[in-house]
Amino acid sequence: MRRSLQYLLLTGAVLALFLSLPLHARYEQRHAGTVLKQLRDLHVTDLCLVTEARYTRHLALADRHAPFQEHPLALEHFPSGSLILPNISRGAAP
Amino acid sequence: MKRALERHLNILDFTLASLLRRKAKNFSLLAVYLLVVFMLASLQFFVTALKREAAIILSDTPDLIVQRLSAGRQDLVPVGYAEEIARIRGVTQVRPRLWGYYYDALNGANYTVIASDDPMVAPSRAAVGAGVAKTRNLAVGDLVPLTSYDKTPLMVEIGSIFPHSSDLIAADMIILTPEDFKLLFNFPKGQATDLAVSVRNPKELSTVAAKIADRFPDSRPILKSEIQRTYQSIFDWRGGMTLIILASALLSFIIFAWDRATGLSAEERKEIGILKSIGWETSDVLLLKFWEGTVISLTAFLLGVVLAYGHVFFLSAPLFAQALKGWSVIYPRFQLVPVVDAYQLAVLFFLTVIPYTTATVVPCWRAATTDPDAAMRS
Repeated sequence: MRRSLQYLLLTGAVLALFLSLPLHARYEQRHAGTVLKQLRDLHVTDLCLVTEARYTRHLALADRHAPFQEHPLALEHFPSGSLILPNISRGAAP
Repeated sequence: MKRALERHLNILDFTLASLLRRKAKNFSLLAVYLLVVFMLASLQFFVTALKREAAIILSDTPDLIVQRLSAGRQDLVPVGYAEEIARIRGVTQVRPRLWGYYYDALNGANYTVIASDDPMVAPSRAAVGAGVAKTRNLAVGDLVPLTSYDKTPLMVEIGSIFPHSSDLIAADMIILTPEDFKLLFNFPKGQATDLAVSVRNPKELSTVAAKIADRFPDSRPILKSEIQRTYQSIFDWRGGMTLIILASALLSFIIFAWDRATGLSAEERKEIGILKSIGWETSDVLLLKFWEGTVISLTAFLLGVVLAYGHVFFLSAPLFAQALKGWSVIYPRFQLVPVVDAYQLAVLFFLTVIPYTTATVVPCWRAATTDPDAAMRS
């Protein structure tokens, strides 16, 4: 078989895989389990993404200056603090 | 039609042969290009799926959370606040919440302890997240000694363990009855960690929040919309590591494109000169270079995106997991439900494939329009 046809066949196969991604995503979304009722009833305010520091575990409830409150000369030192931004949209209290 | 197709196939044949002649250079170029697309697409899939999960999970968040500040730090709220807030017009319910953190000296993990009246917990019987069960090697029916704040052990039996699918909510959670919670933390009577307020009309939320802040100057109301917004802007592109990944990926891509756009190697000029001298037209040479750019960039884009999808949704993003894990002892398993955002993929396509292909064609157009003799001698 010509090299060009081999390439086009291979690209066609990868393209078919690429185009099937949204279909797979939609299928998975339809068949995704719902959140357990017991957990829904807890009315959580935050996702459990990282558990190393209070202010990245409960991101929505933390102050902007929470990373610096551990002791008077504390610097922000948890690795996740460099990944996740604090809640900066709050207009009122810090 | 058939002739045009045959012409393209011939040129593609020649392009592939030409690329394979410089195998090492082109395969390494493809590998780095693929890595750039893979990183960018993985980040995009990961963040989009997390935002979707956040939107679903946080739809049950209370309308308003009221915290109390003391000397600039969050403090316990007197339950008396709840009674007064309940009298504000529009407020339907005020629920004092009891929750806190428990540091486990045995493994250095931090647990989130929540008090609940749900029948899944009973006195001395707790429900725990899969992360807690895994780090402490627990099974249903096991007894766990927790050290209370007055240093007396509190024996708790594991009543149930949440499945891994709920890790994004409960991986580090221990759910106890309010009585056990108070025993564990030696919690003062008549106090709560914060208050969850329900408001009848969502449009009145900010008015109710303003009234609470006015009536209790030491309080800090947090709106549901603010909580949701926090997670919609999570991993914002300006955030540290995200910016580093994006910047390094884009910088490497700019280096590629710059390398292609700033000119051709002597060997490539010579090749163009020879092709023109044996009768190739400028349009043929441009078509050859177009296919050369397309073969590299389209292959890298398609493979990069497909591999990124597998990395995030089938393998639970192990590359990002290491970065996110940090110093955490309990780490949730990211079993994310796949989301494909066509708009973001289109942006990625136009940011990677189009500039690279253009950067390949433009310098060749300059070389192909010069005299073949001059091109061969340069």
